[in-house]
Amino acid sequence: MKKTKQMLLATALSMAVSLGVQAEQRQLNVYQWSDYVAPDTISNFEKQTGIKVVFDVYDSNEVLEAKLLSGRSGYDIVVPSNPFLAKQIKAGVYQPLDKSQLPLWKNLNKDLLRTLEVSDLGNQYSLPYMWGSIGIGYNVDKVKAALGDQSIDSWGVIFKPENIKKLHECGVAILDSPTEIIPTAMHYLGLPTDSENPEHIKQAEALLLSIRPYVTYFHSSKYISDLASGNICVAVGYSGDLYQSKARAEEAKNKLSLAYKIPKEGAGTFFDMIAIPKDAKNVKEAHEFINYLLEPQVMADLTNYLQFPNANDLATPLVDEAIRTDPGIYPPADLMSKLYTFPDFSAKTQRLLTRSWTKIKSGK
Amino acid sequence: MKKLRNKLLGLLPKGRHAVIGVPFFWMLLFFLLPFAIILKISFAEADIAIPPYTSLTAWADNQLTLLLNFGNYVLLSEDGLYLAAYLGSLKIAFFSTLLCLLVGYPMALAIARSDKHMRPVWLLLVMMPTWTALLIRVYAWMGILSNNGLLNNTLIWLGIVNEPIQILNTNIAVYIGIVYAYLPFMVLPLYANLVKHDSSLLEAASDLGAKSYTAFWKITLPLSKNGIIAGSMLVFIPVVGEFVIPELLGGPETLMIGKVLWQEFFNNRDWPVASSLAVIMLLLLIIPIILFNRNQARELESK
Repeated sequence: MKKTKQMLLATALSMAVSLGVQAEQRQLNVYQWSDYVAPDTISNFEKQTGIKVVFDVYDSNEVLEAKLLSGRSGYDIVVPSNPFLAKQIKAGVYQPLDKSQLPLWKNLNKDLLRTLEVSDLGNQYSLPYMWGSIGIGYNVDKVKAALGDQSIDSWGVIFKPENIKKLHECGVAILDSPTEIIPTAMHYLGLPTDSENPEHIKQAEALLLSIRPYVTYFHSSKYISDLASGNICVAVGYSGDLYQSKARAEEAKNKLSLAYKIPKEGAGTFFDMIAIPKDAKNVKEAHEFINYLLEPQVMADLTNYLQFPNANDLATPLVDEAIRTDPGIYPPADLMSKLYTFPDFSAKTQRLLTRSWTKIKSGK
Repeated sequence: MKKLRNKLLGLLPKGRHAVIGVPFFWMLLFFLLPFAIILKISFAEADIAIPPYTSLTAWADNQLTLLLNFGNYVLLSEDGLYLAAYLGSLKIAFFSTLLCLLVGYPMALAIARSDKHMRPVWLLLVMMPTWTALLIRVYAWMGILSNNGLLNNTLIWLGIVNEPIQILNTNIAVYIGIVYAYLPFMVLPLYANLVKHDSSLLEAASDLGAKSYTAFWKITLPLSKNGIIAGSMLVFIPVVGEFVIPELLGGPETLMIGKVLWQEFFNNRDWPVASSLAVIMLLLLIIPIILFNRNQARELESK
């Protein structure tokens, strides 16, 4: 009798324990760009911490922002680009990071953190995940056939009608992003890239209209597969995406040789920033995740896989040498000084940019 | 006691009202209420906040002020883009409806005239594609229409063309996608109408010497008017606001109101202007919807 009682008690206890564990199954809801983690990043974190990660993806800042601005997104970690982050901080979307829970914060590059104070004063709400440039990805052989001796080292290849005309035959794609391409055009014209002067926007619009007939399409992700399969031969896009395209072409063994170049005039850069929304439910888990991402080996693995540079000082020596020394990924100092960040435009300028963009794309 | 019971029963809605009440309540909750919210936002101003627009009412010094901002509507009238986008949507909706009718009518007629036992099979075949998600079917079309896709590769293989024809990212692809996706909505009401026709009318026409061609023009077509109207409305109204198909299959020259609305909402973060665009679109669509309802009511009365 006593034994039965004990057994009953033991069963009850073990049930209580297992129920308790079930109720305590910790969870983290991550909303991240598509194709923006290494295959084992999330599973390693889950193994290490026992936290279940629910992972959703988006392919534009705008989609992320609409979710955040309607309130109650339900996510604990989001990764907007820096100009968007600045607006969202103003709107009160985020909660300050608790740095006492982030002992590995010290691994971050101090210079980059200082630069990023433009969008997040005092680095209170965010830290950089990866960064990259907007440059030119191209099919080496097809471009050589089209342009002859001239190599891709200047934005003039895209912005001079006589050059892009020759590339039109094999296909040219440009990012569908007014806030990034119009400043790129302004930079080429020698205008300040953060200009809110309507005259400057008009000049950039005129430049883009002059090359419009030779652009196959404007899209922000389609070029990755099109460049890899030979559907197009030149794409103005995100550095990491264009490297991904190169990797896909190599995997497919279709004998396409692709390359990425930051033109000599310089290029715009974007920083994707990790932040925690104000209404996040799993704040502690979110900090654990951020601290995990700050581990040098985790970051180095991400860079090796994604071919985007990171902002983690201790990770750089762990990155494959081929990537570390590639000027398209880790630009040399002289090129580095010609890079610029995209500004956080006012609502009025934003409207002008969108309107110009519609005119450029549809002619209306 | 009995009196009380009767009184209580009297308080309950009568069966008839209860039956009408359910759909009425449904419409109120899921149509009128969201519309009221959109109407409200359309009179606000964009703001950097959660949610990203200003409040219409303010309470200060014991005064309740209601601030209606008509600026969004003024903006819509000032820039030709919005009118062009509305017209673009109406044009695409009109021609898609026409194409759906041209393709769908013979299909519906063939099904209605086919063997009674085979009809469910044909109908099932018409409806079957809609069991797969629209997005996947549109992506399949991208695979078919692209420059090195199924269609172009076949044409080149057959030697009909030397170079791929650019179909994807043009308005032609948009028409193909829309006609494909909305065809069942045209065929089903047409079939429902055509299958009810009395075949003795056609026999009589033939007895009186009418060719089958004449019989079609003089009997079948006029009798199927209501089916044509119902099918056309079911295609036309949703196509005006279509976003997914033109976004995936269309090119830069495809200017439709759905895309402009998207830009206002996402690129410009201007929910109020996006809302006023939606309000205007609804007002434009109300005219064909009223015509449709009137026609349906008339059809019901005539029975």
